[in-house]
Amino acid sequence: MVNVVMTTPEQSVTERIERPAQPPVSAEPAPKLTFEAKNVSIWYGEKRAIENVSLDIASNAVTAIIGPSGCGKSTFLRALNRMHELVPKTRMDGTVLLHGEDLYSKTVDPAIVRRRVGMIFQKSNPFPTMTIGENVIVGLRLNGVRNHKFLNERLEKSLRMAALWDEVKDDLHKPGTSLSGGQQQRLCIARSLAVEPEVILMDEPCSALDPIATAKIEELIHELKAKYTIVTVTHNMQQAGRISDYTAFMYLGRLIEFGPTTKIFTNPTEKQTEDYITGRFG
Amino acid sequence: MEVATAPASKAFGAPGEPASARQVMARPSRFGDKAFEWLTCAMALTVVVLVILTGWELWIGSVGAIKKFGFHFLVTSTWDPVADQFGALPFIYGTLVSSLIALLIAVPLGIATAAYLTELAPLWIRQPLVSLIEMLAAIPSVILGLWGIFVMIPWLRDYPFAWLKRFFGWTPLFSGSIYGPCMLAGGIIIAVMILPIIVSVSREILRSVPDLQREAAYGLGATRWEATRIAVLSYAKKGLFGAVILGLGRALGETMAVTMVIGNTPQIVASLFQPGYTLASVLANEFTEATTDIYLQALFEIGLVLFGITILVNLLAQLLLRTISTTSATRAVQ
Repeated sequence: MVNVVMTTPEQSVTERIERPAQPPVSAEPAPKLTFEAKNVSIWYGEKRAIENVSLDIASNAVTAIIGPSGCGKSTFLRALNRMHELVPKTRMDGTVLLHGEDLYSKTVDPAIVRRRVGMIFQKSNPFPTMTIGENVIVGLRLNGVRNHKFLNERLEKSLRMAALWDEVKDDLHKPGTSLSGGQQQRLCIARSLAVEPEVILMDEPCSALDPIATAKIEELIHELKAKYTIVTVTHNMQQAGRISDYTAFMYLGRLIEFGPTTKIFTNPTEKQTEDYITGRFG
Repeated sequence: MEVATAPASKAFGAPGEPASARQVMARPSRFGDKAFEWLTCAMALTVVVLVILTGWELWIGSVGAIKKFGFHFLVTSTWDPVADQFGALPFIYGTLVSSLIALLIAVPLGIATAAYLTELAPLWIRQPLVSLIEMLAAIPSVILGLWGIFVMIPWLRDYPFAWLKRFFGWTPLFSGSIYGPCMLAGGIIIAVMILPIIVSVSREILRSVPDLQREAAYGLGATRWEATRIAVLSYAKKGLFGAVILGLGRALGETMAVTMVIGNTPQIVASLFQPGYTLASVLANEFTEATTDIYLQALFEIGLVLFGITILVNLLAQLLLRTISTTSATRAVQ
């Protein structure tokens, strides 16, 4: 079964964490790495958004990045698929390796990076002029896939993986925007799964959703981790505790602490992490 | 809970015991609201009344010609003031064809420019370009017409027209000899005139497309062109159509510059190298010469026809927009 545990605010952090939601990751041998980020700094114009962040992201696991608003967690996430480059006047320093390949090498096309590293956003953003079906396969179409049989197979497979197939299988020709908020977000997940990425980045994927829709997405994240590496940014610490295997805490553009989620939440090394986790600031 | 314990005689919201801001604040005045409502309503009505009055005046001015020529006015081609023969067909044709040529040129150019300005251009070049395009809109029509006569037409005649004739001379559109002033030149000058409005309206519309849409496309590995196509242009389709209609409205009524380059000959011929005439141009050219009552009335009727065409085009556009949205709605219901 799925480890979606709806917690109430009255419970203390430790109570929540002591639930056996996650396997004791620290006991395992060194995990396979998907991303290796070394000394990543990013500037927006003159402003430095993140400073010297080094972080290794394990394969087939969920890594959550937490921290107060403006701490640079979204910027770091976007550095993993070069999405931050869409903002004019950005500068980046350091290296990011995806399965050992340098994402920022001069010969690498950012469009190819983003095919390999999919992304889900804060608000669901299906294309309003396309139907549900068209939304799912648009990425394949963009990349020149014309084979109808293949497209239909991918369409069903992606929607099944996104746990949306049963809800929309008779409405594939309706506009993508006719779905509810939570369904739209799962549609966006299906859309990014259709191009078979290696990693899925999620930028606060549930921040615009109600608790039930949130629970469904969290359940989905848990299922997807068998096949994909997932990196998620979240404001919601309970959510990080529920869904992630590893947690990184960022503050003022710097990585303060990184480790297995159970350790970060029960026995953080840094005072700042503890203060944030226990709600003393942020 | 204070409200419950307050004496029943006390009015709702009356000043409480401790000296409060409520004691010194004036009661909210409803007068301002009412006055504002009436004032804005009157302004809105003025606009509507002006449109209706314009139509009415044109109708009154042209009623004599309407009675005399009836429907023939719209479908005959003879324009002979000496013989009191008036047919508006060549002018209607000239207005529609020159506007169509203008749209064919200005719409792709305008939308591409807007897309470049919002999606692709480096930041430092955007503002100067926008200012330049806005300056194009500020050029007086008559100056543009002069430029058309002395610069554009000679150049068109020597290069693009000669080239079109050489390669497409076999089609009726580009057959016959090239004089200079012609339907095509008229269409091109109108295109120049409506380009700024199409660019600036399209630019505003493209800018209003949420960044989330662009990110969705880029996140799937779209290139800049692909993201512009699937996330920006298709999202903005309806608004862009509105920009085109605004441009068309301008094109239909454009007078001075087009009068100077279109050749002013009321005829209906296939070749775009032949001179033509538009409704607006004949009004501008002949109003001072209209000596007889019926001549003046015929010109008034020309004005009425132009007025009608403009309104018709706008109505059709709105209808078309509604059909587009209902088709997607029915698609949603099915």
